[in-house]
Amino acid sequence: MDLYEYQARDMFEKHGVPVLPGIVAETPAEAKAAAEQLGGGTVVVKAQVKTGGRGKAGGVKLAHSPAEAEAAAEAILGMDIKGHTVHRVMIAAGAKIAEEYYFSVLLDRAERRYLAMCSVEGGMEIEQLAVERPEALARVAIDPLVGIDAPQARDIVEAAGFPANLKEAVAEALIKLWSVYEEEDATLVEVNPLVLTEDGEIIALDGKVTLDENAAFRHADHEALEDKAAADPLEAKAKALDLNYVKLDGAVGIIGNGAGLVMSTLDVVAYAGEAHGGVKPANFLDIGGGASAAVMANGLDVILNDPQVKSVFVNVFGGITSCIEVANGIVGALETLGDAATKPLVVRLDGNSVEEGREILAAANHPLVTIVETMDGAAAKAAELANA
Amino acid sequence: MAIFINSDSKVIVQGMTGSEGQKHTARMLASGTQIVGGVNPRKAGTSVDFDGTSVPVYGSVADAMAATGATVTVLFVPPAFTKAAVIEAVDAGVDLAVIITEGVPVADTAQFFAYAQSKGVRLIGPNCPGLISPGQSNVGITPANITGAGRIGLVSKSGTLTYQMMFELRDIGFTTAVGIGGDPIIGTTHIDCLEAFQNDPETDAIVMIGEIGGDAEERAAAYIKDHVTKPVVGYVAGFEAPEGKTMGHAGAIVSGSAGTAQAKKEALEAAGVKVGKTPTETAELMRQILNG
Repeated sequence: MDLYEYQARDMFEKHGVPVLPGIVAETPAEAKAAAEQLGGGTVVVKAQVKTGGRGKAGGVKLAHSPAEAEAAAEAILGMDIKGHTVHRVMIAAGAKIAEEYYFSVLLDRAERRYLAMCSVEGGMEIEQLAVERPEALARVAIDPLVGIDAPQARDIVEAAGFPANLKEAVAEALIKLWSVYEEEDATLVEVNPLVLTEDGEIIALDGKVTLDENAAFRHADHEALEDKAAADPLEAKAKALDLNYVKLDGAVGIIGNGAGLVMSTLDVVAYAGEAHGGVKPANFLDIGGGASAAVMANGLDVILNDPQVKSVFVNVFGGITSCIEVANGIVGALETLGDAATKPLVVRLDGNSVEEGREILAAANHPLVTIVETMDGAAAKAAELANA
Repeated sequence: MAIFINSDSKVIVQGMTGSEGQKHTARMLASGTQIVGGVNPRKAGTSVDFDGTSVPVYGSVADAMAATGATVTVLFVPPAFTKAAVIEAVDAGVDLAVIITEGVPVADTAQFFAYAQSKGVRLIGPNCPGLISPGQSNVGITPANITGAGRIGLVSKSGTLTYQMMFELRDIGFTTAVGIGGDPIIGTTHIDCLEAFQNDPETDAIVMIGEIGGDAEERAAAYIKDHVTKPVVGYVAGFEAPEGKTMGHAGAIVSGSAGTAQAKKEALEAAGVKVGKTPTETAELMRQILNG
């Protein structure tokens, strides 16, 4: 889960990382009040979106008074930045910046440990810096069993080439940023820019934090950070039903078991769709291993409620999942839905109890259900029906 | 021959007395795996009956190994307890720990992987179906009745795509099929399996299945180019996955322009690997190589 900047700021503050005061606002009036609360002087009004490039898009404005902050919020709220609508702004205290630096710590999947990256050339997009001036970006491997302790922090600061008088203050900030990473179960903590103010202070001016959802069980407070209102309504419904669902833009609803097989099903449908008016998958939905009839029925319920869906492809390879359960789930869901079910279903079953599963579907003989034996054949049929 | 496990492998089950552990221990036994013990400190000294086979329960991995000579452990332990269970197994000196559990915090995996690596213990998973050397041993949750022993080696991040591919190539069969798991950090990589299959005299060709996220497939492609002389066919899932969305597996995410299926396919093809557009087409490519 990616956090908004204001959430990252709050989390940094909680762990003692030096940050500037910042207050989140959802209306221009709240923005004005926030600016007043920060002393009525110069503030920065920053769009809160989970994407980069908001500065270029006009999502960050300087305001010299509470009235200007109100006007800036008015302009920014509702703005579209790379497909993200701005629902909140953060009113941040202004800072006199002397220098901009960069720091991040993240998961290094390839090396199966962590990687700290640090540069005295901050402010620009880090991907750009990594390509154009790789020598300016220090990369230091972090042992998961050690983390960023004092000696490690000194190594990073040294490698990045900070001036001698700043080394201690920066190292101290890095140790605190590591405590955010470790104690909050983050997979990314990025500060861009980390700044030196004209007063000589080191401040994390903008932060990005990604939290590991697998660790949610030991962080009761993380659930509140989730932006439930921003979720697609079908995604929210699926989540409430404990289904692994991602909404896409196409017309073929997909249900399958196992993340890999479902991803593959999306691709096979899009490939088959090339011959059927370019139809695409409408969603990703993994009902998981050992799925029961009830889970199948819940999945169908979500997908049949997607107005973009024209046909549904149920693709199950029964490993642990029994095709009997899958077939009963389909038959049961169609019974419950009755006349409300109007979209054709193409079903491909293989594996565990496949004969029994196919027999259940054949016996129910539902007019909307077509059984196709192969995955590629079923994908073609579902694409054809979605394009009819 | 096979890789990592064979008919001599003696296996213990951590979490055997839980519901998932019991269900899959019964399946592993039914497919001929030498399951020699379970571990549960609260039930040490008891045994569990699996359709006439009595499997003793030990208080620790060390006790189980000492009593049975087991060298392999498979874990059906809830995510919150997985780290401690893996570290216990590593300390006890197993050769191989297969971690089926889904939902392990990645920081825990990073730590227990670093620890296992320092002690020379191989981990497979987490969040994986385990591995099967058909007819010899089945450690994990792979259905044993899809196909039998043969001359193909299979490595895949995904469980159900492993099953699908075993089914597609059931007429030829497999030396070993390894589901390495869909988490961002996994104990055994595509490259580890490619190396083992290259060195396994009974494996004639390799199927490699990848998916979006990370650059393991690109690295595997580079490895194949330099080190693998056996034919490899590939399949990559996730061309339709949108940027920034996790697709079921914790590690399956396209971040910006990194980790795309297209990049992985291109890297594999540049290394001379034939990549199928669907699992069926991929199986067909393999069949042509072995029959042609």
